[in-house]
Amino acid sequence: MERHVLVVFPHPDDEAFGVAGTILSHTKAGTPVTYVCLTLGEMGRNMGRPLIANRETLPKIRKQELEEACRLLGVKDLRKFGLRDKMVEFTDQKLLIDRISSVIEETNPSLIITFYPGYAVHPDHDATGAAVIQAVQRMEKGKRPVIHAIAFSEGCEEVIGAPDVVVNIEEFAEEKLKVIEAHESQTAGSIEAMKEQYYNGDDYTKQRLTRERFWTYPLD
Amino acid sequence: MKPIDPSFAQETLSKLKGKKLYIHLETTNGAYASHHDQAFLSAGTFVRNVPLTYINGGIKGDGPYRIGLETEYGYLYAEGLTDWTIDEENRVLFAGHNHEGKLAIAFQLSETPFPK
Repeated sequence: MERHVLVVFPHPDDEAFGVAGTILSHTKAGTPVTYVCLTLGEMGRNMGRPLIANRETLPKIRKQELEEACRLLGVKDLRKFGLRDKMVEFTDQKLLIDRISSVIEETNPSLIITFYPGYAVHPDHDATGAAVIQAVQRMEKGKRPVIHAIAFSEGCEEVIGAPDVVVNIEEFAEEKLKVIEAHESQTAGSIEAMKEQYYNGDDYTKQRLTRERFWTYPLD
Repeated sequence: MKPIDPSFAQETLSKLKGKKLYIHLETTNGAYASHHDQAFLSAGTFVRNVPLTYINGGIKGDGPYRIGLETEYGYLYAEGLTDWTIDEENRVLFAGHNHEGKLAIAFQLSETPFPK
């Protein structure tokens, strides 16, 4: 059992697709989870189906969706860092690393979950993972939390190998679907198809909803 | 948002002529376009809160629509616009949504700055 889990992602819904089941396994075991979400996904392309958002109302809607997702996940400590979607890699990196460091210091996590820099497709994902890793590398060896990183770029396994941590989340699959569904503005166009595929036994969707894959980040 | 009513949109734009406006302009293919198709060049842009004043122009087309404005120092142009709204803060928000309802372009004018 972990002491405290810290999850750091840039966009509301990153936690839903990648780690909802893993988060649930921790919160249900009574482990406190802190979720630092860097932006409100202000620049998302999905506006709901039918359209429920526009560029100016989207942040408020996604903030509510994020809060609902955290409620479903049992995450009681949500920190919204207030950065702008797409701008994470361009923000003051030292300041960002400092802010992440203070959350690490305060929550003293035994495990951090974030993206694997360089292999996480979206520039915000890569920048988030890089900032977290730099914050951890500042810490004294032996006192550092373990980092479980998410990678999904094309061909990433050829470079970083297969994921060494695969969490079986079968018992949380339906709850994971609900967390994905909570991000209504982003998933309304795809959730029905996903449910149908899941209940019809589609291999790919079943994998996504029953297994979550991580790479232990090799800190030097 | 609702489908653009071009004559109402033109009327709205005309009322903003000569005023100092803040612009949000954006195009996007989505951050995953090149992930889903590696041959695809993902190009996009956004600029938020550029102040300008326009002196001539309007909305054209049969839908999707184009808006072109001649400004004091240059031009402002957008195409692919399908929907719009005037929000409670009196900001004029145009957008272009594709067949899946995903935003491809946003073109917004306001007399006060958009929140950072």
